[in-house]
Amino acid sequence: MLTILFDGIAYGMLLFVLASGLSVTLGLMNFINLAHGSFAMAGAYVTVFLVNRLGFPFFISLPMAFLASAAIGFLFERTLYVHVYKKPHLDQVLFTIGLVFMSVAAADYVMGSSQVFVQVPDYLQGQFEVSGIGIGRYRLLIIVLCGLLTIALQFILAKTRFGSRLRAAVDDSRVARGLGINVNWVFSLTFAFGSGLAGLGGALGAEILGLDPTFPLKFMIYFLIVVTVGGTSSITGPFVASLLLGIGDVAGKYYVPTLGSFVIYTIMIVVLIWRPQGLFARAASR
Amino acid sequence: MLPPPIAIRVATEWLSARARWQPLEVAFWLVAFAAIWLFPDRHLILTEIAWLGLFALSLDLILGYAGIISLGHAAFFGLGAYTAALLAKYEIVNEPVLALLVAGLAAMALGFVTSFLVLRGSDLTRLMVTLGVALVLRELANRYGWLTGGADGLQGVSIKPVLGMFRFDMFGHTGYAYCLIVLFVLFLIARRLVNSPFGLSLMSVKGNPLRSSAIGISVDARLVAIYTVAAGYAGVAGALLAQTTSFASLEVFSFDRSADLLLVLIIGGAGYLYGGLIGAIIFKFMQDYLSALTPQYWPFWIGLVLVVIVLVGRDRISSWTAPIRRVTAHLNWRALMRRLTVSVRERRSP
Repeated sequence: MLTILFDGIAYGMLLFVLASGLSVTLGLMNFINLAHGSFAMAGAYVTVFLVNRLGFPFFISLPMAFLASAAIGFLFERTLYVHVYKKPHLDQVLFTIGLVFMSVAAADYVMGSSQVFVQVPDYLQGQFEVSGIGIGRYRLLIIVLCGLLTIALQFILAKTRFGSRLRAAVDDSRVARGLGINVNWVFSLTFAFGSGLAGLGGALGAEILGLDPTFPLKFMIYFLIVVTVGGTSSITGPFVASLLLGIGDVAGKYYVPTLGSFVIYTIMIVVLIWRPQGLFARAASR
Repeated sequence: MLPPPIAIRVATEWLSARARWQPLEVAFWLVAFAAIWLFPDRHLILTEIAWLGLFALSLDLILGYAGIISLGHAAFFGLGAYTAALLAKYEIVNEPVLALLVAGLAAMALGFVTSFLVLRGSDLTRLMVTLGVALVLRELANRYGWLTGGADGLQGVSIKPVLGMFRFDMFGHTGYAYCLIVLFVLFLIARRLVNSPFGLSLMSVKGNPLRSSAIGISVDARLVAIYTVAAGYAGVAGALLAQTTSFASLEVFSFDRSADLLLVLIIGGAGYLYGGLIGAIIFKFMQDYLSALTPQYWPFWIGLVLVVIVLVGRDRISSWTAPIRRVTAHLNWRALMRRLTVSVRERRSP
């Protein structure tokens, strides 16, 4: 029972790191980015390539995954995404679906269509017991790392100058522009950082979630659930939503495996009908 | 201001001018029907084009005329497909046309129920909800494997002859004629629908829901109505697929199907009914060509087409048929205006 809770928390934390970038993108530019999972996949494949093929240590490959995804994200944002912000939502959806299809086929072409795993070092495998709770070492690592990242994110958002600029831009980008904040630049950096986080999450999660070229399609709905249910106005909302989703999904699959993800999707629909702005959103100001 | 009787007459004339058949439309359907005799060896792909066109037409009704973005239109398509396949497999309804009706009605019922979910919320909420509905149905179909065959698909379906006379053959000869006739009949109904005052009010809802309700259009009721109708169309399209292939699998609910459908409609252009049909023709031939070229990677090219369409500008691409339409519309407008001025003058002269 507690083991499930533990696994659920690890899963939820992972989802949060994967999806946190998306929540900022959506909140800041009101931009529907369905291709977020593609950046996560890029990070995961970078790790797989570095560790399995070139024999890099696992812990060095993680920051590399972050940097690689952030770089790709930055490049795409500057060259392609900027043209689509002002377009209607239908265009954004079409555009990002197109990117997803392309990334899926490209990953298939470069890395092959079979599922791959990262060779995690031996000392991270297996599990130990603390007062009857089975704790997987790797999952513990995920919780610790993602926990630290969450605290760091919260700190950046709440205490730094960049964080306050970002919050100002999310709250009202027009006024923020008027105050001399370069919103486009803030957005580019945030987009790159969010993509990097997604890449890191993908690298960490490749072991648990399973990595194959359809990754962006399979987990798209999960990222979107985190963001829409959690709301886009803070990172606490998505954080709580990810934990709930992670625990709910793991518990659901353990106790009622036949129902599959049915429960999750139904709850999502109910929540969205009940609170279209998300569970934890402030009253919409716009 | 024109006095009321004349205003009504002007409005009616305007509506009937909109609804008038243009030569290009007639030519389109003549070619489509002539294909039954002209291209007997391409009937399999033409069959696919026919049901895909109907499916895209259904999306056009809600996207092009009511402005609802849906990423889960496959839900209704899949429900129709499974309904038709199950009816045939357990020999509940043996006659395909009747089974088609039942499948359409089942999808309409689902559309009616779920339409209340898309009334509220932003585009993103609608996206998520429609996607969620399709996913839930897929999970259900997977869960009740004893009924639907689960991941293996529903096998052992044998479709009886249409109207008890025309047997489905492996070359798709019957299939194409059957799908085309169904498509044509449903197209006529859709055409009547969007050219009616109801269709006009839908377009005003799409333009601005707030103002529409201010001039007395009940926005929610219109959206529920058109969503229900579109769901029925999608259901019939799914049923056509199931009947012409004697098979239904979980893939009918897949996200790819809903996403491809958006592409089909966007290629042809939304909001004038023919967009879905033209898009289906282009999409199917493109798919045929590309998947022969690179069987495994053809989604890449689909994705590329989507990205390019958006970057170049959707209106610019989808308006490639506009010059032709403009010419024909222009001709009709002039004739119409001439007759209007004459009729108004006649009214005023005595």
